[in-house]
Amino acid sequence: MTTTIDAVRRAVAGRPLLVTSVTTPRANELHCRVSPPNVKDVGDLACRVLGADLILMAADDRRRESGAFFVHYLFAHRADNWFLHASTRLEASAPELPSLARYHFPASRFEREIRDLLGIIVTDHPDPRPLVKHAFWPDQYYPLRKNVRPPEFADDGRPFPFTAVGGEGVYEIPVGRVMGETIIDMKSRLYFTHKGTEKLFERRDPVDGVDLAERVSGDTSVGHALAYCQAVEAAANVELPPRAGDLRVILLELERLYNHVADVGAIANDTGFAVAHAHCSRIREQLLRLNKALTESRLLRGVLCPGGLVRDLPVPVDLQARVEAAVADFDEVVEICLTNTLVLDRLEGTGVLKSELAKDHGVLGYVARASGLDIDVRRDHPFASYQHLKFSVPVFTAGDVKDRMNVRVEEVHESAALIQQACRRLSPGRTRASLGPIAPFAPAFGLVEGWRGRIVHWVMTSEDGRLHRVKIVDPSFFNWPALSQALVGNIVPDFPLCNKSFNQSYSGNDL
Amino acid sequence: MSRYIALFVQPLLALALAPALVGFIRWLKARLQSRRGAPVWQPYSEIRKLFGKEAVVSHTASWLFRATPFVVFGTGVIVASLAPIVIVPAGPLVVGDVFAAVYLLLLGTFFLALAGLDTGSPFGGMGASREMTVVALTEPTVALSIVALALNAGSTNFSQIVSRTLAEPSAALGPGHLLAFAALFIVTLAETGRLPVDNPSTHLELTMIHEAMILEYSGPYLALIEWAAALKLLVFLALAANLFMPWGIALSLSPVAVTVGVVSLVSKLGVLAVAIAVLETRVAKLRLFRVPELLSASFVLALLAVMSTFLVR
Repeated sequence: MTTTIDAVRRAVAGRPLLVTSVTTPRANELHCRVSPPNVKDVGDLACRVLGADLILMAADDRRRESGAFFVHYLFAHRADNWFLHASTRLEASAPELPSLARYHFPASRFEREIRDLLGIIVTDHPDPRPLVKHAFWPDQYYPLRKNVRPPEFADDGRPFPFTAVGGEGVYEIPVGRVMGETIIDMKSRLYFTHKGTEKLFERRDPVDGVDLAERVSGDTSVGHALAYCQAVEAAANVELPPRAGDLRVILLELERLYNHVADVGAIANDTGFAVAHAHCSRIREQLLRLNKALTESRLLRGVLCPGGLVRDLPVPVDLQARVEAAVADFDEVVEICLTNTLVLDRLEGTGVLKSELAKDHGVLGYVARASGLDIDVRRDHPFASYQHLKFSVPVFTAGDVKDRMNVRVEEVHESAALIQQACRRLSPGRTRASLGPIAPFAPAFGLVEGWRGRIVHWVMTSEDGRLHRVKIVDPSFFNWPALSQALVGNIVPDFPLCNKSFNQSYSGNDL
Repeated sequence: MSRYIALFVQPLLALALAPALVGFIRWLKARLQSRRGAPVWQPYSEIRKLFGKEAVVSHTASWLFRATPFVVFGTGVIVASLAPIVIVPAGPLVVGDVFAAVYLLLLGTFFLALAGLDTGSPFGGMGASREMTVVALTEPTVALSIVALALNAGSTNFSQIVSRTLAEPSAALGPGHLLAFAALFIVTLAETGRLPVDNPSTHLELTMIHEAMILEYSGPYLALIEWAAALKLLVFLALAANLFMPWGIALSLSPVAVTVGVVSLVSKLGVLAVAIAVLETRVAKLRLFRVPELLSASFVLALLAVMSTFLVR
């Protein structure tokens, strides 16, 4: 059964006491305000009644303008193209937020992040541990509040304790706990590379945020830049020129291509099958050179901007031929890998992430599609010119390393086909539309299916038209905790293989 | 007199050749993967570089940690002097015994495992535990394949085995001989940390066996261990070659015989190195718990070798 934005509107209208100031700033978005005590009920309505998922939570400090903090929830349906955006106001004097953690696992991590970075108290949260903050962070230092100066950081000598596990034959490796050769628990403690990326966006002109977005995660330059541009375009109500949409498809798929090819090689390398890695590295290099021929940047940087593209791209005449050649070459390497029984034995049944767990963690991208979750932003919430293109979303069900590799292999073919289609669609025309005015404190967002999965950028400007708050959700934020689950019961020497098959971004997570 | 000269010349020659053997396998693997690869003499530069560096030793390490590289290197050199690598001194030499050689090498492995545990680093302990598992599984095979050879020759002395095979070439193609060779070749891969048991070129600590044990070593200590590991590979390959195909080995110290011995050694090592490089390109690393299956297969081969020796007789 599909739900539409009208059904959402009716459902919300049926609960007049729950939400206020309902608006529809864009065709498939419903924005509303909710009072803090009703947050749980809104979550219930969105997730249980309407079948949506929480895909983003962001908080912003508006104490100077409105004397309050605001927390925003963005719900999206897994298959139907509508969004529900709810904002709640927390008084600056006592910023307390009711927790959704008991209903929704990703919410618990968003809430811990908000607690650490803005000092908002999350009441009845089941997990009191900090997420982003490390032991060295001074107390009462909340970097995403306005007008904060970074204090001195000093090693206070406190150790970083792990949960102790006892018993014979149990030993701890700095990445987790192990019994014999079997992993009994793995906790990834991330955020050691926290860089304050979101803070760096603040006070920038929206047009100047692209170079920063391109550097959120080095291998996802197009994915993040595109999500950022789409968020700004949504805020400024820009109609994207068709040529820009097609070129964006080409850029995004080229990024997917070179990363998937490299990943397949890296997975093979971790089984000790170095020959596949050598050849995948060679094919990746060819694709990077193609990127350079197209955009003058091997990582496809410096061409996207809000409104379209910085400049029109002269698509090389041999682009399709070169992509085809690379894919044919790649297919041969994959065949060599997948007909080698020793390689197959390492891949099959390793690092299984069950569909149920994948759903609970809200995992994204190839990790989700290898565990039977049929999700893809390109199809479910189309952007650029994907609504005009034909492609299929490969879904596998075993959830092991092999299926995560299979999804990538299939997606390489789909990407190549998408590039061909987009090239055929290309017609001369403008590649950049001018931005309209952006309303202050009106949230807007952009979704992109990057090569790792769904990327969300959420932007809000202040009265002077500069960025007030940018929230970025890389798929790694959702996928990292699932890796711990997939590892339990595997043997230690298979850890690197499982990890490589997930290949999540540290930088994209540790914003 | 000649046997004493052999005692000194042979290990020096083996030490000089060992890094090239490792370098050759690496280069060939690179070529097979369509990479350019480092030159064959790269391991010499690496060893020289390591000797020029400072050794960093953990505060928690005991004398054992410092002594181990010398034990490993020393036992390797002694074995290189005993084993039939280039020269087989005529006449019985009491210490030139197969069991002595194998267990001297094992002594080095034992010390490496202790040193891996010594620093208290989790990777060292993990490597030591894995290495001991592998060694415990390879030892019966080594012993049995030696017994298969010894039964033919009526002695476990190297020169006896070699001269017996030389005198009776048909035995070298007998089933017992070939089965024992196959068993020993598999064991050689396991003992010297090659694929599919261990991956000598991995950077992933969690998958390592040999490399995990020596992860804490640096500078000259590491140079000694790396050199000894290369030597061990050379000795194992030379044993596999010369015990089963001894033709060309020098039986006297005459310049001609020694030259022929060196040339035949280099060509035999070349053939085995190509076999290893091709194998390592074709296979992936086994899942750790599949390693015992491979090693028990090699044990069965060795057992069959012994049985066929009795049957053929």
